[in-house]
Amino acid sequence: MSTTTKLDLASPASAKASSAKPRRGLRGSPTVNFWLFTGPFLIGLAIFVYTPILWSLWLSFFEARFTVTPDKFVGFDNYVYMLTNDDFVGSLGTFTAFAAFIVPTTWALSLGLALLVNRMRFMRAFFRSVFFLPTAVSYVAASLIWKMSIFSGVRFGLMNTVLGWFGIDNIAWLIDPNPPWYWLVIVTARLWLQSGFYMILFIAALQNIPDELYEAAAIDGAKPGWQTFRYITLPQLRATSTAVILLLLIAAYQAFDEFFNLLSKTTWGRPPLVELYYKALGESQDYGAGSAGALILTVLICAVTLLQGKIMGFGRGDESK
Amino acid sequence: MTTTMPKVRKSAPTPDAPSRVRRSGGVMSSTGLYIATGIAALLFLVPFYILVRNALSTDAEITGENWKIFPTDIQWGNLSELFTDETVPFAQSLWNSAVVATLHTVGVLLVCSLAGYGLARIPYKHANKVFYAVLGTLMVPTAVTFVPSFVLVSSLGWVDTYRGLIIPGLFSGFTCFLFRQYFLGFPKELEEAARMDGLGYWGAYWRVVVPNSLNFFAAMATITFINGWNAFLWPLVIGQDPSSWTVQVALSSYMTNQTVVFHLIFMATAISILPLVFVFLFLQRWLVQGIAQTGIKG
Repeated sequence: MSTTTKLDLASPASAKASSAKPRRGLRGSPTVNFWLFTGPFLIGLAIFVYTPILWSLWLSFFEARFTVTPDKFVGFDNYVYMLTNDDFVGSLGTFTAFAAFIVPTTWALSLGLALLVNRMRFMRAFFRSVFFLPTAVSYVAASLIWKMSIFSGVRFGLMNTVLGWFGIDNIAWLIDPNPPWYWLVIVTARLWLQSGFYMILFIAALQNIPDELYEAAAIDGAKPGWQTFRYITLPQLRATSTAVILLLLIAAYQAFDEFFNLLSKTTWGRPPLVELYYKALGESQDYGAGSAGALILTVLICAVTLLQGKIMGFGRGDESK
Repeated sequence: MTTTMPKVRKSAPTPDAPSRVRRSGGVMSSTGLYIATGIAALLFLVPFYILVRNALSTDAEITGENWKIFPTDIQWGNLSELFTDETVPFAQSLWNSAVVATLHTVGVLLVCSLAGYGLARIPYKHANKVFYAVLGTLMVPTAVTFVPSFVLVSSLGWVDTYRGLIIPGLFSGFTCFLFRQYFLGFPKELEEAARMDGLGYWGAYWRVVVPNSLNFFAAMATITFINGWNAFLWPLVIGQDPSSWTVQVALSSYMTNQTVVFHLIFMATAISILPLVFVFLFLQRWLVQGIAQTGIKG
């Protein structure tokens, strides 16, 4: 054990700066301990994350219907099929439209709520709880409330009842894609479910802005309100905003639950995951094409994430701590 | 800052102004602030109200032409009717969700916190490479890997089992990452003290680090439990037989099952939310702190 401790003294230069201090007193080799601590996680990661991805890669080059051990090699046919498949390409379009709606609206709503709650002197915890509470509700449950009560196409739906007071006819919110009212249903459901979570991130960031900045601005004559918000609050929230936008984009890519439940078997308005679900686990059980689609999606997500990460410097900052 | 001459304006601050600086206010009066926030809060509460109202109403009341804000007659019987209804095994699905979400939470916390600590605090030559291998999985959202994961899990024969529902979800790169970020900021002095007592990494972790991190663990437990309870896509894929449905899959089945009636759907939805609202109201202080601590903020 004493020899391994010496190794510890010799090698930490390459380890992270935060752990560079020698720890003579701690028993056991750091290397053995490192694997002891991380081993269970890494083995699981290898089996349940890396293996499926590699298996998927392999399957995507085969004709794999109803089987996961195919023998007919088809090269890039599955990829060509998916990239020329109207439903799949259309689902990427659906995603893009969805992200274009949901990312800015959630960003604005959660920031707005954070600003309101943060300014309160009384009942701050109460209002924070109210806005945060929907985070506990599942997409499935929210979809049921939205579909069967608020945005029901018939008279007993809440929205149509309210519209009726103003003499507006019933709207078939989810049955008819023209005009695409279903977007309103889907976007409001997700806004309700996730804004509270991002509001908390913004509140944490707002509380980290030093008071001195506002004091200095007040001395310089900046009017509280729009001016301080534009020139102090917003720039100070930059890091949080980019992180929030990244998280919102990733969450939007994973959209499945509310689309699946609100639109059920319609062929329009399917985001990529719903499309892949029907492709791989639907009647045709086409694992080859499904895998190719999943990999295309993964590459797209990686590209977007890396691009975003480059802009905000994700993962770089923590190494220098 | 003190040397700068303040520009004289009509609204020039009095000397004690800095202590009263309103951070982003000014445009809106205090009353306006409370009215705006109150309206927003009401809108956020409407879906909860509708859910409870419908859960305790008759079908006629839910679908009636004249929508009343308060049901005329509260139907507590809906609750017992839900659990005796044969079309969807609702009680079984609640039990499945409780087992799956609990074991999921315990497993994730154990596996991911250990790995996060190892990555943050144990000096090892290739620790950074290992960290990037973990970080890389963050870019492949779990939802995208459901096709290959299903292929793997079904070839292991785990479809319709608790193993299939729980084990593949334990290895969350994101949770591991959050634990690593947290442990990077954990005060070193406490571990130095453990060193003086002659503890190894393992002993120091269990006797010093974990007991001093209970707030963070509680926050992560709450988030993980909520995610486990609310998970839908994976349980939908794995739970093919109704006896292995989680509560979310059972709820979803109501949307296609024409024979189930409205009041039961809403009662089931209310019951599915209740445990989380409960957990949430009790633990939200930790939850809020934990989210603020996770290192997501800038």
